[in-house]
Amino acid sequence: MTLVDTRTPDPKRLIPGATGDWEIIIGMEVHAQVLSQSKLFSGASTEFGKAPNSNVSLVDAAMPGMLPVINEECVKQAVRTGLGLKAQINNRSIFDRKNYFYPDLPQGYQISQFKDPIVGEGKIIISLGPDRQGNFEDIEIGIERLHLEQDAGKSMHDQHPTMSYVDLNRSGVALMEIVSKPDMRSSDEAKAYMTKLRSIVRYLGTCDGNMDEGSMRADVNVSVRRPGEAFGTRCEIKNVNSIRFIGQAIEYEARRQIAILEDGGSIDQETRLFDPGKGETRSMRSKEDAHDYRYFPDPDLLPLEFDDAFVEALKSDLPELPDDKKARFVRELGLSVYDASVLVSEKAIADYFESVAEGRDGKTAANWVINDLLGALNKAGKGIEETPVSPAQLGGIIDLIKAETISGKIAKDLFEIVFNEGGDPAEIVESRGMKQVTDTGAIEKAVDDIIAANPDQVAKVKAKPTLAGWFVGQVMKSTGGKANPQAVQALVKAKLGIEE
Amino acid sequence: MTELTNLTISEARAKLKGREITAVELTDAYLSAIDAANGALNAYVTVTPDKAREMAKASDARLADGKGGPLEGIPLGVKDLFATRDIHTQACSHILDGFKPKYESTVTQNLWNHGAVMLGKLNMDEFAMGSSNESSYYGPSVNPWKAKGSDEKLVPGGSSGGSAAAVAAHLCAGATATDTGGSIRQPAAFTGTVGIKPTYGRCSRWGIVAYASSLDQAGPIARDVRDAAILLKSMASVDTKDTTSVDLPVPDYEASLGQSVKGMKIGIPKEYRIVGMPEEIEKLWQQGVEWLKDAGAEVVEISLPHTKYALPAYYIVAPAEASSNLARYDGVRYGLRVDGKDIADMYEKSRAAGFGKEVQRRIMIGTYVLSAGYYDAYYLKAQKVRTLIKRDFEEAFHAGVDAILAPITPSSAFAIGDKELAADPVKMYLQDVFTVTLNMAGLPGISVPAGLDHKGLPLGLQIIGKPFEEETLFKTAHVIEQAAGKFTPAKWW
Repeated sequence: MTLVDTRTPDPKRLIPGATGDWEIIIGMEVHAQVLSQSKLFSGASTEFGKAPNSNVSLVDAAMPGMLPVINEECVKQAVRTGLGLKAQINNRSIFDRKNYFYPDLPQGYQISQFKDPIVGEGKIIISLGPDRQGNFEDIEIGIERLHLEQDAGKSMHDQHPTMSYVDLNRSGVALMEIVSKPDMRSSDEAKAYMTKLRSIVRYLGTCDGNMDEGSMRADVNVSVRRPGEAFGTRCEIKNVNSIRFIGQAIEYEARRQIAILEDGGSIDQETRLFDPGKGETRSMRSKEDAHDYRYFPDPDLLPLEFDDAFVEALKSDLPELPDDKKARFVRELGLSVYDASVLVSEKAIADYFESVAEGRDGKTAANWVINDLLGALNKAGKGIEETPVSPAQLGGIIDLIKAETISGKIAKDLFEIVFNEGGDPAEIVESRGMKQVTDTGAIEKAVDDIIAANPDQVAKVKAKPTLAGWFVGQVMKSTGGKANPQAVQALVKAKLGIEE
Repeated sequence: MTELTNLTISEARAKLKGREITAVELTDAYLSAIDAANGALNAYVTVTPDKAREMAKASDARLADGKGGPLEGIPLGVKDLFATRDIHTQACSHILDGFKPKYESTVTQNLWNHGAVMLGKLNMDEFAMGSSNESSYYGPSVNPWKAKGSDEKLVPGGSSGGSAAAVAAHLCAGATATDTGGSIRQPAAFTGTVGIKPTYGRCSRWGIVAYASSLDQAGPIARDVRDAAILLKSMASVDTKDTTSVDLPVPDYEASLGQSVKGMKIGIPKEYRIVGMPEEIEKLWQQGVEWLKDAGAEVVEISLPHTKYALPAYYIVAPAEASSNLARYDGVRYGLRVDGKDIADMYEKSRAAGFGKEVQRRIMIGTYVLSAGYYDAYYLKAQKVRTLIKRDFEEAFHAGVDAILAPITPSSAFAIGDKELAADPVKMYLQDVFTVTLNMAGLPGISVPAGLDHKGLPLGLQIIGKPFEEETLFKTAHVIEQAAGKFTPAKWW
């Protein structure tokens, strides 16, 4: 792989050092577990959280004479992901053996793809912002390749005083390794890349993206250089398992490298580990200790071949991806770029929003989802998956406003009730007497009462008509907020003789 | 009882169907023969008398009902490389100590489905690596043949030495074997038996302990061409568990016996006339040509120019794959474990104790040729040679040749413990010079006895065919068998 510099150094991304500015260069290898019923080369289940060694076939345990057989669904998932990354799909790819000894690697080799991966070059557009002017900056990050490979098992060192145990449930589960080009220039870009990649695989349904369960993890390559110079020596930070940690690891690592270089030292190419507790990276192994994996084509497997029709069929069934969805929200629903970006950031949010917006005003639905729902969820520390307000409930609230059954202000209270206690919005409004008062007789009486009780204010409003708002507020207060604000306004103005 | 063990599979099949004999009688006859002979011949590493009698009884029940498969009641031996459920499966290696799989290889399952009876597991070179059966952890199997006037013990060839010895000594009606570089055909030639390595992909490799995956192929060793045809018909199948197996109908191979070779074009590859080839081998080859001409075949000289690179290329490709295939024997999950101070130490001690010298040598060669910096010069180049060898054959077939006649071994069986061969592994590797080309090209080849040398030891000829044209091999081999006669060793054990 030849490294090509696709970016022009951007002053706002440079890190100031003691001796001048530095630029960070970042590339990532993301391992994403393929969503599939069974493993890449065996029929064993991939279900998470089963008792150790309960999802293990003879193939996964590398019993003598066992042979791998490719799982077609995993191939489809890889192709779908490749299509989502707008990437070259290779109709012929080859599985290779990567040889090394480890107790949780029963075969003594991992079946992977080395020279001929299933997916070639593609791209991801990340969006940074908004800045103070409310603008977003779109940046294209190149994808080098995507290949399929087997996951290893898990060694457990805490089960026995002197021995280690091995759990092979994960052994042979399909992973996609997605390799970016060294196109990122800040920790924010790296975090945006990971977020976007996770969003894409979730939209596609090819990986659940649950980083805390290990379904997605990143090896982050970091180097620094003086702007405009050639790429520096990189260090690889292994197995970073959260987006926040990716940012922290890069920040730490870049500053570590800058400090060494500014001291006149040089960077050793090595593999490092990120310690989230200490917020630092530390050396794991140097280049000299690197394995010689002795890759060669797996003679148990024929080259993986499929025709264009296979790819076309998958392409035609592909769901709408975040970029397309965002563009559609802006174009068809008239949302702002910002609102659309927020709504498409997670597939679950977009699905929620679309369900609420169905048959309703898009902008209103967007406001409620972004400001009220996401705000409340954020405050409660919950994700969209755990929302106590269903799209039907939120839609019901919006409908009550539209029908002028409740005021916008009451609606906020209603939302809080639904969020905290649940229930059908229309029933709550009925049972708790939250209905808007539209009976002009009742409102008129309230207006008259306020005017009669406040002669001083009546005098002032003659001089300054904008003070009519004070009367409106008083009437709303006296009616418990249930009066129709428009009706109150009109009556107040009429009674006080203020012209429209 | 010995009379029963003299029956070929086709003869026994007729007598079983006609209820002249029972499967239990036949099985008992073989079990007694094994009892009497195995101490001297060491052909079996495990005998399964209870299992054999149980299967024979079931066969008799089916035969009594007028049912029964094509191999109903036929007692067979199984090379130790095939996984057999709950029965010793160790590839004759120390590292698989005590290993009894919970699964049955596709090939043996096919045989049992057709009614065959299992007598036990047969000796072989450790992990099928060898040409003399001397690398077996269980000691060498002994050739039932002896040179005239000599009492010297000879090798039965390898790696399927136990299979060949058991068939030649009538310790089974037929046997399964495997061929990676000649492991069916060379032992067949050394023991006066018939062995066929079918086209790569004809038999499933599932459940066969892997040596070199791109070359390994199962096939039978039998007493005559007809029996080999009967056995292959039952062994062969496509298998969803082996994606390198091929989905083509399995023909009735037996039906091709007796068909004429008239008008067939037989190629004689000039490159097989190697320097130092004994005159006897050359003469035998010429005799084969005459027999086929007499039967009406046309014989033409052909050229397979890359033949001389086949052996070195084979000894790169096979060890490379083996070094990776054998990585799973690490002491962690099954077989031998020698404890160490840490995991790496345990690996090293277990593998040092578990693998014999020849296996260790091939693992080291394979690891070396795949290493960074050497891959292109060795492994990649060997793969290119492989493509050229394949092309040589394709061009010969394209030019109208139907089958190729060639020698199978550079000599007859040699002595166990031959000092010259023991001192120089390359000399032992030269045993495969006429056989590896087929494995490299994936082609089928049959070894058929064609005569005895001056020492009175059997020699074989090899017929090589087009992919999946095993019928041509059976028909041609049958012509040679008819002309040469059959060869049985004098009993000394």
